[in-house]
Amino acid sequence: MRDFIIRRLLYAIPTLVGISIITFLIARLSPGDPIRLFTFGIKDFTQEDYLRLLHAYGLDKPIPLQYVDWITNALRGSFGESLIYHRDAFAMLVERIPATLQLAVAALLLQLVIGVPLGVVAALKRGSWVDGAIRVFGVAGHAVPAFWLGLILIIVFAVQLRWLPSIGLLTVGHDQWDIPDRIRHILLPAFVLALTGIANYSRILRTETLDVLAQDFVRTAHAKGLHERTVVFVHALRNALIPVVTALGGILAALVGGALVIEQVFSWPGVGQFTFQAAIAKDYPIVQAGVMFTSTLLVVSYLVRDLAYAMVDPRIKVS
Amino acid sequence: MATTAATARVVPVAALPRPSRSLWNNALYKLRRDKLTIGALIVLVMLAALSLAAPLFSEYVFHYKFEQQDLLHTYEKPQLDNLAYLLGSDEIGRSQVVRLLYGGQISLFVGFTAAFFNLTVGVALGLGAGYFRGVIDDILTWVITTLNGIPQIYLLLIIAALWRPGPFTLVVIIGLLNWTGISLYVRGQTFALREREFITAARTIGARDRRIMFKHILPNVLPLIFVLAAIDVGAIILLESALSFLGLGILPPTPTWGNLLTNAVSYFVRAWWLVVSPGAMIFLTVLCLYLIGDGLRDALDPRLKTH
Repeated sequence: MRDFIIRRLLYAIPTLVGISIITFLIARLSPGDPIRLFTFGIKDFTQEDYLRLLHAYGLDKPIPLQYVDWITNALRGSFGESLIYHRDAFAMLVERIPATLQLAVAALLLQLVIGVPLGVVAALKRGSWVDGAIRVFGVAGHAVPAFWLGLILIIVFAVQLRWLPSIGLLTVGHDQWDIPDRIRHILLPAFVLALTGIANYSRILRTETLDVLAQDFVRTAHAKGLHERTVVFVHALRNALIPVVTALGGILAALVGGALVIEQVFSWPGVGQFTFQAAIAKDYPIVQAGVMFTSTLLVVSYLVRDLAYAMVDPRIKVS
Repeated sequence: MATTAATARVVPVAALPRPSRSLWNNALYKLRRDKLTIGALIVLVMLAALSLAAPLFSEYVFHYKFEQQDLLHTYEKPQLDNLAYLLGSDEIGRSQVVRLLYGGQISLFVGFTAAFFNLTVGVALGLGAGYFRGVIDDILTWVITTLNGIPQIYLLLIIAALWRPGPFTLVVIIGLLNWTGISLYVRGQTFALREREFITAARTIGARDRRIMFKHILPNVLPLIFVLAAIDVGAIILLESALSFLGLGILPPTPTWGNLLTNAVSYFVRAWWLVVSPGAMIFLTVLCLYLIGDGLRDALDPRLKTH
């Protein structure tokens, strides 16, 4: 097991290196010269000044050396100053992390709380209209454009019914710790973000529960005269839940990526919205910090998934 | 004596009660009974036909061009009296239904073309890496884990924001980013298949690598690639719509289902119908594609247990 953990940890390193190369190249290859951009409109700006600045920022070095400089700083958490706000890009990004985490955790909870029971119910009522409805939902949940669903929910619940607020973390002027207010704000975006995962879990749990219910140990449990409920919830469900862990990787990827669009729709001040707006404004340090942060998060969550899977399922061999 | 009897018994094989079925025949047979998949296929074909025939519809049915404006009829509600406003009109009196039909052309074009790129790249790389293994495989695996490590929408948005690609470039970019899933699948299958006896047999009679890859391995991987392709087209249409919605995909005045929504957002308090219809079109199209993918999987995979 220890070997497996170490090996898996080592595997993550080349991936992170690859990601950092892409992130570095994003800024290097994009159109526009940063020095010209920076000094635009300055009078008496000679070619000599230009070369001096180029040298001062290390931009006259070969690209591979520039990458080494960049990654050394990035590892210290320094992506440079934002070109627009003139503050440390990474520090600004860190301020946005709590909002995104809240949204992701809320969505993850909704997925488990709604998705898992849906799948189990569909399996238990197999062939009935309930099963049919849940299966259709399992496909439809993937096919809905999330941002559109967000807009429709805003129209229905915020504009027409006026039950829920449509934007932001909390009502302006309210106390930071007004939890009910925060919950009312997070409900719509978290649900939209959770939808794909709910659909996913309902499908996985349905197939898995059916598989497990067909196995011998379930028949044995029945033969012992155990109550139906005990068989399903204690014997079957425990085994059917293993793939929930495996699916987690894909679901986390969907959460991290999906959050960007949904934060935009609901004006949620998170990492995704921040990075997106920086990309539009061509504020490279923030874009790079944003991409590195979310990608590292993703790689770490794949890692955690694999380790969790190895712990849950003893059949995973160290190879 | 015994040999003659055996031979005699073999002969009637030719007179089987029904001809043997190939995988594809079998799949077709199963598909024909799958009403949901057939329904989805019909709806998808109709949507594609409507989009392709958009110029005809705008000329002969709605009598309204897609760029035609009418400032006296802005925010018309959906109505039956004036067919051009069947699905309402927008902030400068353009016909929503006509623009939806035209938008379908672009959305479907992007979906199918980018998926074609994905398939070509994914299958070629997966096949090569799975077959040759070694360094090629290591490099491919590294590229795939790296690409999977960056949330795709981030990468796409940033590329789109910095370089502002047109429709064709966008297709190429999505095509070059989205192949990892297909590639991983093909690689895994190739890995397993190349150890099988029929591949050894082919090699024994002197078949070259290329022949083994394309004549022996590929046909065995192909069926489920169609499943992945259907799902891929749907996923790309969703991706393109999100990009266009954020103003970074295909830009107006060319209508796509995604960018029709960008505008609609500013007016949704006045005109909810402008928000509902483009999203509903995306939803319907992608739903059909996913249902077709599911149906194909059931029909093509004989190992699949039918629950």
